Amino acid sequence: MATRELTPAPARTAVPPARRTRRRGRDGRSAALYLAPAAVLLLGVLAYPIYQLVVISLYDYGQAEAAGNAPLVFLGLENYADLLRRTQFWVVLAKTLGFAAVCVVGSLAVGTALAVLASRVRAVPRMLLFLAALGAWATPAVAGSYVWLFLFDADFGLVNEVLAGLGFDGMAGHSWTFGTYSAFGLVAMEVIWCSFPFVMVTMYAGIKGIPDEVVEAASLDGASWPRIATAVILPMLRPLLLIATIQSIIWDFKVFTQIYVMTNGGGVAGRNLVLNVYAYQQAFAGQEYGQGAAIGVVMTLILLSVTALYVRSQRRSVELT
Amino acid sequence: MKFRTIAASLALVVAAGCAPAQSGSTGEGGDERTGTLRVWLFDEANRDPKEKVVDQAIAEFEAAHEGVTVDVQWIAVESRADKFAGAFNDPANAPDVAEFGNTDLAGYVEAGAFADLTGDVESWEHGADLLPDVLDTATVDGKVYGIPWFTGIRALYYRTDVFAELGLEPPATLAELAETARAVRQAKPDMYGISVGGKYVYAMLPFLWASGGELARPENGQWTSALTSPEAIRGVTAFADLISPGICPPEQCADFTGTQSVQAFAGGKAAMTIGGDFNRKAVEEGGLKGKYAVVPLPGTERGSIAPAFAGGNLLGVFGASERRGLGVEFAQLLASPKYQSEMYSAMGNLPTLASVQRELARNDPFLQPFVESMAAGTRFVPATPAWSQIDAQGVLPTAIQRIATGEARAREALADAERQMNEAFGG
Repeated sequence: MATRELTPAPARTAVPPARRTRRRGRDGRSAALYLAPAAVLLLGVLAYPIYQLVVISLYDYGQAEAAGNAPLVFLGLENYADLLRRTQFWVVLAKTLGFAAVCVVGSLAVGTALAVLASRVRAVPRMLLFLAALGAWATPAVAGSYVWLFLFDADFGLVNEVLAGLGFDGMAGHSWTFGTYSAFGLVAMEVIWCSFPFVMVTMYAGIKGIPDEVVEAASLDGASWPRIATAVILPMLRPLLLIATIQSIIWDFKVFTQIYVMTNGGGVAGRNLVLNVYAYQQAFAGQEYGQGAAIGVVMTLILLSVTALYVRSQRRSVELT
Repeated sequence: MKFRTIAASLALVVAAGCAPAQSGSTGEGGDERTGTLRVWLFDEANRDPKEKVVDQAIAEFEAAHEGVTVDVQWIAVESRADKFAGAFNDPANAPDVAEFGNTDLAGYVEAGAFADLTGDVESWEHGADLLPDVLDTATVDGKVYGIPWFTGIRALYYRTDVFAELGLEPPATLAELAETARAVRQAKPDMYGISVGGKYVYAMLPFLWASGGELARPENGQWTSALTSPEAIRGVTAFADLISPGICPPEQCADFTGTQSVQAFAGGKAAMTIGGDFNRKAVEEGGLKGKYAVVPLPGTERGSIAPAFAGGNLLGVFGASERRGLGVEFAQLLASPKYQSEMYSAMGNLPTLASVQRELARNDPFLQPFVESMAAGTRFVPATPAWSQIDAQGVLPTAIQRIATGEARAREALADAERQMNEAFGG
């Protein structure tokens, strides 16, 4: 599917030159007309805010400046230099990347596994599986975070109670949100829980879209099940997997609510800060909008480059197969 | 051609907007004597009593001023930053009078939103009765920007029943406080010796000040953090040491805020806590009525009192207000002795007028330790807009938590905090 999209349509070149320009002119005009509403919308809600973000990041822009009570001072790249000089920024960035990677891999693994399961069970269990997944998907992030916190509460949480009941006496009163890794792990589980349904639904649709004949042919040729899965099904699912992965990277890199709620604004001594919460705490709560905008721009750039790298690597491997 | 027009219009947009938006500077305001006076007051967990007192004041005010109506809006404390920022950016929609916390004052003054009330407070009949320490918290660069409405002082709450059972005396020094707390937890392992937390900065400050330390010093109009002085390190360490397995385990306490610390005490989980006069209701509703007492938080020497943090709320008048005179009069009415004592009976807020405070303390022994702490002298956070930033960035909680969890030594954690504070002061 993807390979077809990627190869340029050869029909175009056959059109004679004179007619081509005229047609292209007319085509271009109607295309522009059709695209205009989307372009206006994108300019308004995407280009303009990003432009403002970049502009603000070049100024010393706080509450006094916004209220017009202090002159604007143009800093150039000073906000960025300041940010890159801070050790804490690099620590938080590394933690964010690690945390996002775990969440992406986790939700892809869980989502794909459950999609395979869903495609191989009967209708009733499949419906139950989908209902459960949609329930997790539909839960608002704040509500989901609190439910998980209650479950893992040190004194009253169900998890500790069950573990203590099973004989793990040390678990009574154990605080899950205190240790750095334990808190990150808990939040990662919650993030995976609320983001796997998207992966699962997408992959399920992909699996259902694979013609039975292909699989049948492969098995007639004597391919084993693991071989069919890796050499036939997976390559055919790759375009969908690509979309699911990019979506997950974007979501999980930008996690805010879960960390903010579950670790109480970044954990003890800020050990569980991720970039988004860090930006909020350092800049927006402190009303240093210029500094916050700089973090926003840096985040956008990182996200774009990670995604671009990933898309490129995938595109190359798709072309090879 | 089309591309050229698009490029040209884009260039125009860029040229027109190549600086972030700024709203016009605050207007001059006016002094109309009729119309609607818009007032912002803080919403509270239980607002009814406060609302009743305010309604009574409004009725009195409207009766005295013909053609004036007072419109009160209740602002949630948590979302105040957004609300006030909105009012500063759009003076036309700002209220005339607003209640705000004194730690926010310097930032608001920098935004240029509030009117200078120095003259109005001086000429006010009760102006001279305002406690000087409290009036200081309403002052920036020698100018008063708000009338202190009420103040909040913290002192040491302890469980009389637990202390009697274990044969303990209320501590007379901060060192004794730690010993007593340790003794309680040793005898009762399911109880915190004292419930305090890493995010309870206002409980930490008295330790810092009592040890002779300071948060920051003003030098030539520029604040400089003083957190790495030996006194400051000693004070912060003494506080962070309370968050230890033998007193208040870091797993539970490192993340406690002030409210959570008091809740743990009110819930019977702690033998002591540092709480304000305004926490009385929470503690008594927890079922501790008759089982607790309050003493001033001791200093490092026997018989001394640790300097308390002078928190509290002010009533300010917006500079852009069209009804400046009416606004001042309404603020003065709310802060008058009559309504200050009404507010005390309704909400338990400590008055800012010396005479009212004396009067109330005579009739209510509960207030005695708080009034005593106040008389011993209170301190305040650096009066600079940078404080809001330092507060929002959690600089001090992070330092306390790093020390309490053993992630960093006190000197190292405080040096980091000092650097962050100085960055905020400098920027």
